[in-house]
Amino acid sequence: MTKIAHHMTDELLMGYASGTLPEAFALAVATHISLCDECRAAVESYEALGGGVLDDLECAELSDASLEATMNLIASMDPEPVDISPAGDPVLPAPVLSYIGKSLDDVRWTSVGMGVKQAILKTSSDASARLLYIPAGVAVPDHGHQGTEITLVLKGAFSDEHSRFARGDVEIANEEMEHTPVADIGEDCICLAVTDAPLKFNALLPRIAQPFLQI
Amino acid sequence: MTDATDARSAWVTHVLRIRDTRDQSAFAELFQYFAPRVKSFLMRSGADATLAEECTQEVMATLWHKAHMFDPSRASVATWVFTIARNRKIDALRKQRRPEPEELTWGPEAEPDPLDVLALQQESTQLVEAIAALPEKQRDLIKRAYFGDLSHAEIAEQTGLPLGTIKSRIRLALERLRHEMKRKT
Repeated sequence: MTKIAHHMTDELLMGYASGTLPEAFALAVATHISLCDECRAAVESYEALGGGVLDDLECAELSDASLEATMNLIASMDPEPVDISPAGDPVLPAPVLSYIGKSLDDVRWTSVGMGVKQAILKTSSDASARLLYIPAGVAVPDHGHQGTEITLVLKGAFSDEHSRFARGDVEIANEEMEHTPVADIGEDCICLAVTDAPLKFNALLPRIAQPFLQI
Repeated sequence: MTDATDARSAWVTHVLRIRDTRDQSAFAELFQYFAPRVKSFLMRSGADATLAEECTQEVMATLWHKAHMFDPSRASVATWVFTIARNRKIDALRKQRRPEPEELTWGPEAEPDPLDVLALQQESTQLVEAIAALPEKQRDLIKRAYFGDLSHAEIAEQTGLPLGTIKSRIRLALERLRHEMKRKT
């Protein structure tokens, strides 16, 4: 495991554990915890809290013959095959890959200018997720945010005015923040970006381009 | 060891009996305890009684079929049942897909250390007892966060629950699991 410096917030980890996040945010958390055992342990401890909640609940009345119906259901279901977890691609962890295909080669990139490419992932409409491809050394135009935007690095690294983010690291931006992420010189950068509101670009050209970004 | 830990470790044995010998009486006992709570959880999360009943049966059937996936060094049976019920809730009630992390499992041959299992089950018991000891208002707040009608901001910061202990325990289990997986490849 690579050393991860920037983690998910407790709020997101707990939201994931309780199953209340929009799909795109859940994807970001699932991807991060595939790379970060520290946050995976936190998710599982929030699940333990969920188990405690379940244990503490009043009992609802079951319908008659509920157990019998369940036994019939079990008999009618195909036996679960021994799960062989789909191996992740060296760049794309399994949760991202499940939206893409078999490998990084299956990503259908579209150009958004300046060598930057994106691929929108099909999630529920309450938030959006996309892969971003930023060529080495390129700056993504200064942009502010509406709502919350999570950027998770999968390959390469980028820096903004505040810090540097490498594989597995999560940057969480909110409305107050305006920043210009710049990809490291040495290597092209691939990120998973998730947002619950459209990005707003401050520079003129990207603002014109924004309708084509579809988010 | 408390009686409550005994009970929790007993549930673990029940799941292993289902896994190893398809033991129907072990399943019936688990069903009797957990199914009414799962149904209650689904109804509190917004399902009507009919849908909740249907989903509860599916959740319990999944427990049967996925018994080989249960890792008692990382979760109590209640926690594991909760995750199955939660996934069913996302699928059937919220009509969304749930992205899952890459799986970490012991595989068919290796098993977790029984002492790790016991320690995790003890800490789960302490967590349940700590929840039960909270003032009613606070307990209700936590529950509502899990039913999805409250944001997590305040609760995530909640202190007083022994979540740190259980997190370190799970972290340790993950480390051993990684080590084991590396050894095999």
